[in-house]
Amino acid sequence: MIDFSLLPDGGTRWLDGSGDHPEVVLSTRVRLARNVEGFAYTTRARDGERLRVLGQLRDAMPKVESLKGGVILRVDELATPDRQLLYERHLVSKELAGLDGTLAVRTGAALVLADEVSVMVNEEDHLRLQAMRSGFDPLGAFGAATALDDELGRHVPYAWHGEFGFLTACPTNTGTGLRASVLIHLPGLVLTKEISKVLAGLQQMGLTYRGLYGEGSEVVGNYFQISNQTTLGKSEVELLDQLSRVVRHVVEREEEARHVLLRDAGYIIEDKLWRAYGTLRYARSLTFDEAMNYLSGVRLALSLKLLSSPSVYTLNKLLIHCQAAHVAQYDGRATLSDGDASVARARFVRDALAADVGSHG
Amino acid sequence: MVCDNCRERDAVVHLTQVVEGAVTQVHLCEKCAADKGVETTVAAPKTPLTSLLQTVQQQLATGPSDQTRCVFCQGTYKDFRASGRLGCARCYSAFEPQLRDLLQRVHGSTRHTGRQYAPPAPDQLQRASTVLELREQLRRAIELEQFEQAAKLRDQLKEVTE
Repeated sequence: MIDFSLLPDGGTRWLDGSGDHPEVVLSTRVRLARNVEGFAYTTRARDGERLRVLGQLRDAMPKVESLKGGVILRVDELATPDRQLLYERHLVSKELAGLDGTLAVRTGAALVLADEVSVMVNEEDHLRLQAMRSGFDPLGAFGAATALDDELGRHVPYAWHGEFGFLTACPTNTGTGLRASVLIHLPGLVLTKEISKVLAGLQQMGLTYRGLYGEGSEVVGNYFQISNQTTLGKSEVELLDQLSRVVRHVVEREEEARHVLLRDAGYIIEDKLWRAYGTLRYARSLTFDEAMNYLSGVRLALSLKLLSSPSVYTLNKLLIHCQAAHVAQYDGRATLSDGDASVARARFVRDALAADVGSHG
Repeated sequence: MVCDNCRERDAVVHLTQVVEGAVTQVHLCEKCAADKGVETTVAAPKTPLTSLLQTVQQQLATGPSDQTRCVFCQGTYKDFRASGRLGCARCYSAFEPQLRDLLQRVHGSTRHTGRQYAPPAPDQLQRASTVLELREQLRRAIELEQFEQAAKLRDQLKEVTE
């Protein structure tokens, strides 16, 4: 089993509940897609080429300030449960982890994890530079990703075109290669049935939304990922600015919706949220979807100040630890049947919430 | 992904519905979506890849270019149409007319206006690539238990990196 204690913050500092609007915006992520000049792109490359791409990064690491002290995890050498753990922590994509059902994990697939940034190696593009921040912090995440990009690009030659900019495997990423996304919790807009309008509006603003786990994932627990859709023709700053303006607007709409809910259905909402908390505190079996929905309720209760504990950090951690591979790891096994997982999940949630109550007196 | 309704055709419309406060996603094929009166113009461009592939499909008519082959990675435009992914950076030159059109449709522009990039000087790269080659050879020698060869390579590597 992978030992997360060896990784900086177990790779989850972005969940610590700091930053702007942490109850609504869980995290902000910026990724830059880059390819190494002179090699076929990942899906067309031979094993040896992918290993040489990884070798180039390994050689550059000691010279790149942002990657000093970082670790290289050879994803292609990890067992499936470990790859699942990395995926559940949002550290690697489903594709890199070889979990998307159609493709096995590729030779040379790796994750470089440093203090502020990480790099997925041999994903769809050779390099996916990533920076994640707790709360709403697009500029902070972009600053960290750009610092890495500047330094790394001096040691590793990127595929670049005078007119098209940074060249990527998929033309939807060409140009800046930038995808900035925020993970946002919108229960108010869902409950007031305003969400469809808001989501349709996003598309008109050149933005798109997805579920908790990016492209193709389902919406669970009222969590949405909002990100820019285009990457070419606008500068990075313009793209971030557009995302920021829209997200601020969505946060305002969400806050208005919460206000309306409390005003028009105060006791119903209050009862519903307390029941969610009660279930999480005492249930003996919880499916993943149940846990996500109740955790969504408790997060809402916390931001409405109906509850004073658990902390946002505990809720964020539970979001990660309620997933299948984490539950199995907690139970000391590689995999669990659905029934056993529900029992282990409920126990983990009870323990985490009880500990949080303890720490808050 | 197959259609949730007919369970036969591929789902192309991914609809997020809000029913009594719960968000559900329904995946429908074009026919079932039309039968249910779902407005597809909003849902269609939800994922950039979908709109990209639609654009690629529309270019089917330009038959002869399908066989255009990139000299570097040997990928054809047809391969790109099938996978949605280019084989290498040279593909951008090999398929330039089609890609220019595609980029314009997807992004509304073909000109990058963001951060500029100057690749590192060639002499630095030359050294880096020698180091890589040597390291790869060393790895192979060790794997094949050719220890004399490995020792030589290690010394060479030391010389280059010092």
